[in-house]
Formats: sequence, C-alpha cells, structure tokens
Amino acid sequence: MSGDSAESARGAVDAVYRSESRRVLATLIRLLGDFDLAEEALHDAFTAAVEQWPRDGVPGNPRAWLVSTGRFKAIDALRRRARFDTSLARLAEDLDAGAGDAAGAAGEDLEDDRLRLIFTCCHPALPPEAQVALTLREVCGLTTEEIARAFLTTAPTVAQRIVRAKRKIRDARIPYRIPSREDLPGRLDSVLRVLYLVFTEGYAASSGPALTRADLSGEAIRLGRLLMALLPEPEVAGLLALMLLHESRRAARTSPAGELVLLADQERSLWNRDQIAEGLALVERALSSRRVGPYTLQAAIAAVHAEAPRAAATNWDRIVGFYEVLARVDPSPVVDLNLAVAIAMRDGPAAGLSLIDALLARGDLRTYPLAHAARADLCRRLGRTAEARASYERALVLTRQETERRFLQKRLAELQS
Amino acid sequence: MRYVCLIYNETTGPDTVSGGGREAAAAEALIYGEDLRRRGYLIAAEALQSARAAVTVRLRNGRASTTEGPAAETGEQLNGFVLIEARDLNEAIQVASKMPEARVGSIEVRPIRESHRADRWLRGG
Repeated sequence: MSGDSAESARGAVDAVYRSESRRVLATLIRLLGDFDLAEEALHDAFTAAVEQWPRDGVPGNPRAWLVSTGRFKAIDALRRRARFDTSLARLAEDLDAGAGDAAGAAGEDLEDDRLRLIFTCCHPALPPEAQVALTLREVCGLTTEEIARAFLTTAPTVAQRIVRAKRKIRDARIPYRIPSREDLPGRLDSVLRVLYLVFTEGYAASSGPALTRADLSGEAIRLGRLLMALLPEPEVAGLLALMLLHESRRAARTSPAGELVLLADQERSLWNRDQIAEGLALVERALSSRRVGPYTLQAAIAAVHAEAPRAAATNWDRIVGFYEVLARVDPSPVVDLNLAVAIAMRDGPAAGLSLIDALLARGDLRTYPLAHAARADLCRRLGRTAEARASYERALVLTRQETERRFLQKRLAELQS
Repeated sequence: MRYVCLIYNETTGPDTVSGGGREAAAAEALIYGEDLRRRGYLIAAEALQSARAAVTVRLRNGRASTTEGPAAETGEQLNGFVLIEARDLNEAIQVASKMPEARVGSIEVRPIRESHRADRWLRGG
C-alpha cells in the first residue's frame, strides 16, 4: 500500500474512533458483561485497526469489524491470563461459546446497546456524582481529566468515583438493559437529571470565575439529541428543548466585559435563531402529549421568552400559567419564587413582594441568594431603597458565583446614587 | 497521556517470599509487561535493585553531599516503574490494577507533566 493510502487509512481509524468508539464500547459491554473488560477490548480493537487497516484496507463495516475483533481479543487475553488465574479460563470459554453470532446481531439491537449503556451509567443505585462522571466518560467519551476540569475538581477524585461506580455495577449485578415499561418513568428521570446537571454545570458554573463552560453544555445537548433519537419520550423532548432555548441566549447573557446580563436587558438579536426554532418545535411536540412533565413546562416558559421580540412584549400571563402548573407537577420553593417574580411582572411589584416575603418567612429560601436578589429588585422598583439595599447585601453574602457577585455590587452601587 | 506506575513493596526484604515464588512473580510481571507492549501501552519499564544499593545525592550551597540509601526512609521502597501511554487516568488505573505487583505491594499512578497532548492513535506515525 502506498504512503498516501496508508495515511488515509490512519485518518479513517481516527475518524472511526470519534464516530464509533462509544457504540462499539456499548456493544462490547453487553457481549463481555463487564465494563473494564470491554474497555480493554475496545483499546485492543483500535490498536489492531491501526496495524491492519493501513495494510489490508478499511473494512466495509468498521463497527462490526471492531466489535468482533474486540471480542476475540478479550477472550484471547483472558486465556493468556488464565495461566495465572484459573477462574478466567472458565470465563473465556463461556464468552467464546455464547454469543457466537452476537457481533452480527441486528442493527436495532446495537442501537439499543447505547440506551443500555446510558441507563446503566445513570442507575439510581449509583451516587449522583458517579452517574455524571460515568456518563460523561463512557457515553460521551470524555477523559477523566476533562471531566475533572469541567467540574473544577481533581482527576483522582473523578477517577475514584468511576472506579467505585464500576465496582458497584459489578458487585450489585446491575443488569445491562433498558428498563421495562413500568420502570421506565423513574429510570428515565434519573437519566434526564444527569443530562440537566451536566448542562447547568456548563451553563452556569455553581462557583468559580467562569460563568459558562460551553463544552459541557454542548455535551449535554449532544446526549439529549442521542436520547431523543433512541427514546422519543415527551420529557426527553422537553429537556432537549429547555437546553436548546437556554443555550440560544449564551452570546447575550454576558457582556463583552464578562458581566452578567439579565434576560430583560439582553440584546435579543444575539439569540441563536436556529436553536430557538429547534427548541420551539420540540416544546410544541412535548406539550401535545398528554403527559406534560417539569422539563417540558420549564421549556414552555423559556419558549414564551424566546418568542417575545422585546422584554416588554413578554406574555407574563402565559408564564404565570405555566409556573402554576409546574408548582403542582413538581413543587419546590424555587418554583414558588419564580412564580412570585412572574406575578410581579404581570400584576406589579407589590403583588410579588408579599409572595416573596411569605416564602422567605417559610424559611426554605433563607440562604438562597436569588430569593434575596429578587426581593431587593422589587423593593427597588417600589422605591423602598433601604430595604432593597439590605436584601442586595444579604444576597451578596450568600452568593458563591463571581459574576453574580459583581452584578449585585453594581446594583448596590446604583442604589447609592 | 503518559503515566508512570511506581511500584512499591514492603522493605522487610525479599526473604518473606520464597525463591520459587519470587521467580514465578517475576515471570508473571515479565509476561504482563510483554502484554502491555504488544497492546501499545508500554513505553518503558524497569525493575530496580534494592534500596540498599541506592545512594542519595544533594547539592546544597554549591556543595555535593552523598548519603547511603534512598532519599526517603519509608515503610515501602520503590522497586520499579512502568511508563505507559493511556487515554486517561482511569485507563492508567486499569492497567496498573492488573500488574501482579499490585497484589503484594502498592502502585502509585502519576501523570507525566505534558505540555501538549499527543494523539493516541497516530503516535509514532
């Protein structure tokens, strides 16, 4: 083979790694029944591809080639190791005997493997941080180090979470399968929560100097699209819509100087129209199903904002309506706070302020900086400057986010003048 | 990324393991090393002589001094290292966890300080 075609074969391995490695891994986990064994097999299959494809040419079906090569290599490796650990000999024989036709299984089954992988990584028996780390590494193909950087933690911490999660999957014999119809709602919740956690971590870092970490949000949206293709449930559409509609505002939500810009003050021409169009269509689709869940409702609220040409043209009545449904479907103090703010926008600051004061008196939101910031804002609009100042100061004490801090300081300074 | 797996053992000396057991362990380590080389993980690996053979050198205020023995007196001594190329820390941990030495001693997995990330599949092209 000439140098040029050898080079293009190498390029093919690289491209196939990017597009297929997660699919191949998902199938190998099913065939080999073990994450670690499957990851070794994946590595060995790609090492073989680097050696063989430049010499023999790229196979017609690279994915099938990688799956069967990986499986063969895993069995081979077990046999070699069986010289020192006889229990492995049995495992190698079992794997060799069973699933002889597995590599050639139907395409539908192979797509199901990706869903199996997602549901296993997001299994509720695993701690939430482990679900996130495992999903990002196994499903999205991020490295331990990339996950650690994204979540502002250390690689050894993330590595341990992943090692323990895999041990738990093995020890608790968590099955590698798509949940049954009756288990699906609960299990899907867990998957959607992981996606949303990844997205929000990328959209608004909970602490530290960077307000947005675009790559994590992008990863969450990619996962959302994958899930939508595999399992088009209404709440999957709702969550994907929610993420797209928030993401559409990314360019507008910080000033060139890196300052936070509130929704009302954002330059709407900077909003990403393609993401809005995709988001609106998904909201429409999700709302038309009879099972409307919390993600769909939040997406519907984001959609009302997205449709308003100017902040003043926002249909607050619709937003209040969606928040009222959300407060029933998925009650939480934060939803109550948002409802109060929406009512203030519709009926005036005095109506919102009495609701927020009642919420703060209940105690749940006493340490939530945005509750105090919202109260401060309403007091400011009512001309109750001293109270506004006190609430901004309270919010400042509570916030951990640098951009939020600067925003609150600016508001405080405006009050003085 | 590259990682070094530092292999530590108890300093109680080789007498705790019988001669035959030691040879078997060495053979197993050799075979695993060969396995890692064939699978593209291995960059370099060496076993070290006993820490009793070590000399520690320091240069202070322009003067070199030497002391017998290892730099740090600890319960475990460094007995060897394996330098590997792996996708990430978890893959390096997976490689290290299969080293036969992990069963009796400890293996410290440390990332190499890299200025840029080498592409794993195109390496050595």
